[in-house]
Amino acid sequence: MSERITRDDVVHVARLARLQLSEAEIDRFTEQLGDVLDHAEDVESLDVGDIPPTAHPLPLVNVTRPDELVESLDRFELLAQAPFAEDGHFRVPPVLGEQP
Amino acid sequence: MTETAEKALPDGWELVVGLEVHVELATVTKLFCGCANEFTSDPNTNVCPVCVGLPGSLPVINAAAVEFAMRLGRALGCEVRPSVMARKNYFYPDMAKDYQTTQYDQPTSIDGELMLGDGAVVGIERAHIEEDAGKTTHIGGGGRINDAEYSLVDYNRAGVPLVEVVSRPDIRTIDHAKAYVSELRDILLATEVSDAKMEEGSMRVDANVSVRPVGSDELRTRCEIKNINSIRSLGRAIEYEALRHIDLYGSGEAPRQETRHWDEAGGRSTPGRSKEDADDYRYFQEPDLVPLRPSADVVAAIDATLPVLPAARRARFAARCTVSAATIATVVERGQDNLALAAIEAGADADKVLTRIENDLAIDDWSLVSVEGLAALISMETAGELTATQTKQVLAQLASQGGDPKAIATELGFEAMESDELDVLVDQLVADNPAEWDRFTSGDDGDRKKMQGFFTGRIMAATRGQADGRAVAEILGRKARG
Repeated sequence: MSERITRDDVVHVARLARLQLSEAEIDRFTEQLGDVLDHAEDVESLDVGDIPPTAHPLPLVNVTRPDELVESLDRFELLAQAPFAEDGHFRVPPVLGEQP
Repeated sequence: MTETAEKALPDGWELVVGLEVHVELATVTKLFCGCANEFTSDPNTNVCPVCVGLPGSLPVINAAAVEFAMRLGRALGCEVRPSVMARKNYFYPDMAKDYQTTQYDQPTSIDGELMLGDGAVVGIERAHIEEDAGKTTHIGGGGRINDAEYSLVDYNRAGVPLVEVVSRPDIRTIDHAKAYVSELRDILLATEVSDAKMEEGSMRVDANVSVRPVGSDELRTRCEIKNINSIRSLGRAIEYEALRHIDLYGSGEAPRQETRHWDEAGGRSTPGRSKEDADDYRYFQEPDLVPLRPSADVVAAIDATLPVLPAARRARFAARCTVSAATIATVVERGQDNLALAAIEAGADADKVLTRIENDLAIDDWSLVSVEGLAALISMETAGELTATQTKQVLAQLASQGGDPKAIATELGFEAMESDELDVLVDQLVADNPAEWDRFTSGDDGDRKKMQGFFTGRIMAATRGQADGRAVAEILGRKARG
């Protein structure tokens, strides 16, 4: 198992994402996420000293759109994507406390 | 500038405040899609797949929002530089994507400053572009977050373009905090970047407050105060928070770093979210958006179209007059500075022009007051043809109906009162009130002042306020000396 990620890290990240994980899932994801990080570690072995840091793989900057109205989604169609809707709103459980 | 007298901190303590101001940009559409930047519409009517982060949707940044952000940056004297959008991850239903697209380590604008009306300078750390979140309404449990049965979400505001202006912790007084917000609002209006309405939420202020012993340069634990809805609330919230910190230190405790909510009705702040969830946003660069890299030409073009900013507008008066900085600031804030400047250039006395405008033209619409009319009126007052009271009355009529001040003065029957007439009046009053006159001429200082008021009042009553106060004082003094 990777040294890079602990069981506590997984519990913490799951909590931030409001995911409820079983003990077995915590073990499984700790191992899987560790594998992902091990794979990323392979990249670190490359010598990139001469390569400037980049924000993006695409050779593009300043891609913008004009400030022009485009028709929005039909509200009926939009709200139909959600498990619950009420009075033109999405309806969500109250379990979340205040905004972070 | 101050609405109520500022309560000073207890001796030995100094206030340290930095402000974070979120400004809604006055674009037609949202930051990353073509939905209307308009959230007073029916809920969820200005929403598309980008707003709610549906799979396969792709954001493209609004050119006008970028231009506004750069314009604001330059107006604040910032370096406008290459920038990168980032994802700020948090789990809350006001953002269906579960992250806010913002700028993190490479914001559009850095290192500016804002000069206040009295010359104090507040550093600007950064001004970055980000999107607004949706609006949640808590249902049941009296509308309180923690007792709600469920919440309703409206995404009309999700994706509305914002710039967050972050000051350095350079603010040392409540008055300066208020002046900073008011100055920033003036700049936003002058540059037309935002309508900057605090009460409607298009300008939102969070205050980072701490205190320290005078003479120290340490930065102690700060608390971030949210939910401040007016400049007046800002003053109250900072004062409350500073005194709370001083109390804690006084009893051997220390404040915890936390976010607190200002409760305007209760006049206090209450603790917000717990520390364990805070500031763990796992920022990373937004893979769906490419970097912004404004060329020197683009920045130069923005500089060329910046309007004259309030600080420069105030400076135009500095060499011409001796009135207080607050008077000049008020006239500029109301947008009456061009009128004042033109009247002064037309030959009217600068101090008189500014004080008359400040005191007697505090109205929404002064468009009927012409430069020539104002200049002529002030010259009449300066020449002693009109008393202060008469000048105010003529100005009021100029503002409501326009016209020529000389004609208005004649129409109102304001012939300058001859000193002879005043002399006769004063003689008559002296003869009618020998005891009072005796107190005026032979009494102590208190008596003399009281009786000066008595005689002046009688003369004003007899002339229906048309006598020149200074002339009356001069005649009383002369007669008292014999």
